[in-house]
Amino acid sequence: MFEKGGTKMNRKNKVRNFHQAKWDEPVIFELSNKGERGILFPEIEKEIEMDIGDGISNLPKNMVREQPPNLPELSQMQVLKHYLRLSQQTLGADLNVDIGQGTCTMKYSPKINEKLATSSKFTELHPSQDETTVQGILEIIYKLDLFLREISGLDKFTFQPSGGSQAIFAIASIIHAHHEASGESEKRDEIITTMFSHPSDAAAPIVKGYKIINIYPNEDGLPAVEALEKAVSNRTAGLLITNPEDTGIFNPKIREFTRIVHEIGGVCGYDQANANGILGITRAKEAGFDLCFFNLHKTFSSPHGCGGPAAGALGVTEEFIKYLPTPLVEFDESKYFFNYDVPRSIGKVRAFYGVVPAILKAYSWIMSLGSKGLREVSEIAVLNNNYLLKKVLELRGASAPYAEGRHRIEQVRYSWDELYRETGVTTEDITCRMVDFGFHMWSSHHPFIVPQPFTLEPTESYSKAEIDEYIAGLKKVVEEAYENPEIVKTAPHRSVVHKIDVDSLDDPTRWAITWRAYLKKSKK
Amino acid sequence: MKKVGLIVNPIAGMGGKVGLKGTDGQAILAEAKRMGAEQVSPQRTVKALERLIPLKNAIELITYPQEMGEEVANQCGFNPKVIGSITQGMTSSDDTKQACKDLFKMKIDLLLFAGGDGTARDIYNSIGNEIVVLGIPTGVKMHSSVFAYNPMRAGDLAMIYLQGKVKELKEAEVMDIDEEAFRKGFVSAKLYGYLRVPFGRRYIQGLKAGSPPTEKYSQEAIAQKIIDDMEDDCFYIIGPGTTTRTIMEKLNLDFTLLGVDLLHRKKLIEEDLNEKKLLEHIKGKKAKLVITPIGGQGFLFGRGNQQLSPNVIKEVGKDNIIVIATSHKINSLNGHPFLIDSGDTELDRLLSGYVIVITGYQESVVYRVTS
Ligand SMILES: Cc1ncc(COP(=O)(O)O)c(C=O)c1O
Repeated sequence: MFEKGGTKMNRKNKVRNFHQAKWDEPVIFELSNKGERGILFPEIEKEIEMDIGDGISNLPKNMVREQPPNLPELSQMQVLKHYLRLSQQTLGADLNVDIGQGTCTMKYSPKINEKLATSSKFTELHPSQDETTVQGILEIIYKLDLFLREISGLDKFTFQPSGGSQAIFAIASIIHAHHEASGESEKRDEIITTMFSHPSDAAAPIVKGYKIINIYPNEDGLPAVEALEKAVSNRTAGLLITNPEDTGIFNPKIREFTRIVHEIGGVCGYDQANANGILGITRAKEAGFDLCFFNLHKTFSSPHGCGGPAAGALGVTEEFIKYLPTPLVEFDESKYFFNYDVPRSIGKVRAFYGVVPAILKAYSWIMSLGSKGLREVSEIAVLNNNYLLKKVLELRGASAPYAEGRHRIEQVRYSWDELYRETGVTTEDITCRMVDFGFHMWSSHHPFIVPQPFTLEPTESYSKAEIDEYIAGLKKVVEEAYENPEIVKTAPHRSVVHKIDVDSLDDPTRWAITWRAYLKKSKK
Repeated sequence: MKKVGLIVNPIAGMGGKVGLKGTDGQAILAEAKRMGAEQVSPQRTVKALERLIPLKNAIELITYPQEMGEEVANQCGFNPKVIGSITQGMTSSDDTKQACKDLFKMKIDLLLFAGGDGTARDIYNSIGNEIVVLGIPTGVKMHSSVFAYNPMRAGDLAMIYLQGKVKELKEAEVMDIDEEAFRKGFVSAKLYGYLRVPFGRRYIQGLKAGSPPTEKYSQEAIAQKIIDDMEDDCFYIIGPGTTTRTIMEKLNLDFTLLGVDLLHRKKLIEEDLNEKKLLEHIKGKKAKLVITPIGGQGFLFGRGNQQLSPNVIKEVGKDNIIVIATSHKINSLNGHPFLIDSGDTELDRLLSGYVIVITGYQESVVYRVTS
């Protein structure tokens, strides 16, 4: 299915043919060969053994494993080949124009920051070290806190949550602690959110034990003030909301939302994981929020998801500092120190102080841009997005439901409904066909209110030429959908795996995320 | 001058309020009349025709005699051309079919018809999709997507179509369910064919969406929530549908899938009640009404549950209406609001706005309702 003569990429022909390497690569556990070793340690020398023993027998008894861990046994070369092959079968952010992962803010993460995070000055630190010996990293943590205070207008940040969803859980816990302090936590058992806020804004509070009231959008894509008024009552514990929502539409009535919730005694939490288009432009404080969080792994350029560990930066106003997880990193004008004296703390949500490499990368990124640079990031991200919006809407069969004719912030949830009705080709088919041209597209567009949804977010990282390349890929697939839909419906044709049975992802009896679980479930 | 045909099925909708789920067939019609059913179709047709009054002199309205169109046309101030003949008070589906054929010969530009699924089938059977039609919803069963959301919208859509503002046509499904089976509690909806209707996205009823088996878990969570919250001093009116049926199944009670059942203290008081019986039971008592919107259309009142008449709704009170639906069912509405067409415009307005819908054991949503 290669285009004739299309194997050469040039500036005129923007559609790149791509063929993924395909290795029938087993799971590493299946490659295991008993006794094979990566490193052979030398025998212990007699003198040393005389001095300190064999190294095992002087460990405390309860710390020694009875059985060796069930790890795969391979030589170094086998390990290297295995992982190189796997890496050839992925389509990562550094390989493709990764704007098909809307809501994920897949921006370029400068490699210099990786260098910093992998420097031995940093990697050899241990979280249990005495605070006097780690002043440098504490300063970085503290200063990132100051930066985010400025960006949000709130009064104190913690970086303990290891991702956005955990930050939401921490917010739900703080809301709970707040109502507990006034004896109202049992009565106030409802959290309000909106349909186009991130699904974790509903899911994490449910884990905390809250009931959820979720507001559907109106035709303009926004939750109505009257709908919020219907939702609030004396059972309301708080509001957890994203803005702009996952449609890329900014709720201009957000102040009214926080006012209404405050008036009935609720607490307002702001999911700022979509902040990439509003840095230096709007703030949580002015919108009336008590709590907020940012995803360092999205907005602040610490790599995302499998590209690197995540970090949720959780901020609060003065009134809520007393509930934050411990320890807080503080400065007494001469030294940085850990503050464990937080009387009403919700406790820890994660070990130690958070994902420190992500903190370091975010700090470095902000320092390299400065405050003007941050605002410019947002302006370019918004410009890129609205250019892309215009280009996508020129494609046959594409639409951007809600807020017709209006600009969006940093992302758009589009629809292929018209194309589907005319050709039978679905969003999923298009996603699979895009892979044949070297583009990765994301498949999560919850909630599925928008028919045949697809979500694009170009961020500030991509040039006009790259956005045009992406559009050329989409245009090609759309043309195929109208002229030869079969080719799209049977895609991908040049990928590792062609069609997979996604049903198993919803079936706990069939999925396994560890080798042990796989062995157990496959035995049944 | 544009020619508009009008056919009114005068007996459509009569079974609704008395709980008969349709009026196809003479015996059922007699039964409906015996139970005190009144004609509803002509009044609802008037609501549609009134919207067309501005075009009175710009169109030629052609219709059948007396209750099949002539009367309502005159009532709205039209000066219709009347063709064919009927036996007053004894019209049947044959008359609808004959009227269709006669109007077809007159080369009309649009056929407006008032009725339900049975009427749509009659039209399809007699002239296929030869002419452009539009249904004014006045029947009990309206699973076909040839009907506008309500009579007013039918009038509005006809108007913009006749003015040439809407040119696109859509092939809309003619669906019907077997009334005999329906009365016994099975739905077997069947697709009979397609009619061409003006394509005004916001004016036409969507096709009913079926429930996939994965819906079952959500339905059970919702049912459990309703059961756990049941109060002892309160009657529970359980409306039709598979979502509401789960409540009855969980309580091990008999139920009617398409009828309205009444509970008290988790025991069945009576199955398949009509408006009159419902009112007898709940008059002056505390009662809650559990309903679910029709999948794919989003109707809360006025489609498939006409027993829940304006009088019943008023007796229960707005605050005692509990709406339940799975998220999938709501999402399948593609953002269109819930609809209400209770037959009482004032009540429809009162119920419009926003409603809380229970979607899971600990989950609910706020959704818009319009009439
Ligand atoms: C708006 C929004 N909120 C919350 C999250 C959840 O963050 P995480 O994936 O780190 O748990 C995301 C993730 O992309 C998001 O886009």
